[in-house]
Amino acid sequence: MSDVAVSVDNISKRYRIGMVEEKSDTMVGSMVKMLKSPITNLRKLKSLRSFKEGEQTDIIWALKDVSFEVKQGESIAIIGKNGAGKSTLLKILSKITDPTSGRAEIHGKVSSLLEVGTGFHPDLTGRENVYLNGTILGMKKVEIDRKFDEIVEFSGVDKFVDTPVKRYSSGMKVRLAFSVAAFLEPEILIIDEVLAVGDLDFQRKCLGKMDQVAKSGRTVLFVSHNMAAVRNLCERGVMLVGGKVNYIGEINEIVSIYEKGMNNSNVVDPGMFPIKASHGYALQMNSLASRMENSPDGATLYVEFELEAFEDFKIIEVFFIVQALDGQLISKVSPKMADLYIKDLNGKKKFVLISKNINHFLASGDFTYSVHIKLPRLVIIQADQIARFEVPGYDSYGYGRFFETPKFGVVPLPLILKEAPL
Amino acid sequence: MLIEEAINTSSGQGVDITIIKPKKGWQVIDIKELIRYRDLFLFMTYRDIKVLYKQTILGFAWAILNPLFNMLVFGFLRIMSGAKFGPDNIPYLPFLYAGLIPWTFFSTSLNASSQSLINASQVITKVYFPRLVVPFSAIMSKLVDFALSFAVLIILMFAYHITPNINLLYLPLLIVLMVLCASGIGLWFSALAIQYRDIKYGLTFMITLIMFLTPVLWSADKLAKLDEYGHIWKTLYGLYPMAGIEVGFRSCLLGYGEMPWEMLILGTISSIIVFIGGAFYFQRMEKVFADVA
Repeated sequence: MSDVAVSVDNISKRYRIGMVEEKSDTMVGSMVKMLKSPITNLRKLKSLRSFKEGEQTDIIWALKDVSFEVKQGESIAIIGKNGAGKSTLLKILSKITDPTSGRAEIHGKVSSLLEVGTGFHPDLTGRENVYLNGTILGMKKVEIDRKFDEIVEFSGVDKFVDTPVKRYSSGMKVRLAFSVAAFLEPEILIIDEVLAVGDLDFQRKCLGKMDQVAKSGRTVLFVSHNMAAVRNLCERGVMLVGGKVNYIGEINEIVSIYEKGMNNSNVVDPGMFPIKASHGYALQMNSLASRMENSPDGATLYVEFELEAFEDFKIIEVFFIVQALDGQLISKVSPKMADLYIKDLNGKKKFVLISKNINHFLASGDFTYSVHIKLPRLVIIQADQIARFEVPGYDSYGYGRFFETPKFGVVPLPLILKEAPL
Repeated sequence: MLIEEAINTSSGQGVDITIIKPKKGWQVIDIKELIRYRDLFLFMTYRDIKVLYKQTILGFAWAILNPLFNMLVFGFLRIMSGAKFGPDNIPYLPFLYAGLIPWTFFSTSLNASSQSLINASQVITKVYFPRLVVPFSAIMSKLVDFALSFAVLIILMFAYHITPNINLLYLPLLIVLMVLCASGIGLWFSALAIQYRDIKYGLTFMITLIMFLTPVLWSADKLAKLDEYGHIWKTLYGLYPMAGIEVGFRSCLLGYGEMPWEMLILGTISSIIVFIGGAFYFQRMEKVFADVA
């Protein structure tokens, strides 16, 4: 038993969803309801923290009887579709939330990275934020003192370390935040998709550091949708489907099972819907589907989705992300970039994202797309790699050939060759 | 969450073992863990102090302006009303201000601690650290304001030729009691406020009302003179910790009146009960914080 770093034994997590709308989040509201019908409401108030058998309505099991073991020095990936329970599992292992039942044991010092830059405050300087973030992550001040120069060097913000962080570019913020995390020296590291930040150069740096961590004998639990990174870093994988362990095995096996299981068609699994917003926001996505309309001049991708809002939402941001089949990021279009805002939403509304002449920009082949629905600074609905779409061939250069991926790459560059004047 | 130090006999090294399982009912407060996170506590307090002043135009002056304005307004009120709710043989302004110093700490730290968990919601849902650090650092950051507000008192004492007597030595004791009282109530409110969002509205006006029930504007001696049981009322009144603290502050800072030992003892007992109750309630509700934040 002494070489087991993490043992997870029948961990389950239950959420009661229907009740949340009925429980008042104001004390006055609660008190009034209590006066109105004492017995019912006393039961209801207590029931949010306990679950009576027999009341099966509106209960979802985010995780059910999840069990696996991770040996010391092993790197294991936790993969699964959105909503499969990966983040919930990490939250439980990070002690942020309690399991409903089951037990887990972690042998060794553990550090969790579920988000980069936790606790960063814009009014504090880079230096102060390094200390704040570092101590939040569990480091001692003397430890940070020792590593401070290395952290700052890794991040590349040396000149600005004493300027308030609100003056930093978002790239700088992310780099500094990740640098603090990169120098944690736990025996066991739990990471949740934090690598989906920063530019490609920095991502490579991060992956390199993570690789270093993994190879240095530390135990790593890694959640990511980036199959390439996962394959590179991890030896084994655990696949979660609908909160249950579907498969545990060698990493390449798991990744191919995962990729095969991804939706082959452009019709999204209707059983996924409605997708309810996280953090209790009264919003849900009722449907999502895509179609490609081809013409000799170009193919246009239509992604239609329906949102239903149960209260007023002033501004909703939409992110559209295209990835290759192995998870590599092709294009992430933000609302700021392309004005993808939904204003004043209340009730049901259908929307469509239109990418005109997509095959002028993308090689022909298969890709997957994701749609994220966000409020400022908070993602509330994440439909990740939810379906494939096929980009039809297009004669980009006018010489009768199609630019196909994977043979020719992803982007048909505009290119001509001319003779230069002497 | 229990963290036990297990000795690995083969290598002779201590291994941290974390056990994760459903928490039911009342929890033990892990003091060792709080000590381990003391650096975080320091930096959170530092951040609370620095950020508050960076966001204001007047900066640190606000620590003084708050009690100063209160003093001017209530001083004006007393003159206009002509009522003699002040003390008998000491000028009203320094009397009032000496009472405003601990009261300002109490009310601002109560507000700050009740909001503290809500403000930390982003962090609470992403990282584990003992949540008790959050309201405590909010309260500690108010000690800076507290210290700064003494500046006006010193000026007032010069102006009115008041000097403190030996009771001044008891000041650290009173400060400890003041912090204990504020922390105890602050713990209750921070845990309640994150679950019930209307608490913050109620709290603001409740604090204003309670100010009138506290001997800030008026002297507790009036209670003693109420009827033949007056001095009993005054002592029992000490169960409300701020009452004893107010009287005590005046005694130690201005040399006015005796140190109210009976009141302070009762106040300490009730503060400790509220504090321990608050800490346990907080700990019990901790598992819900991440879900309702």
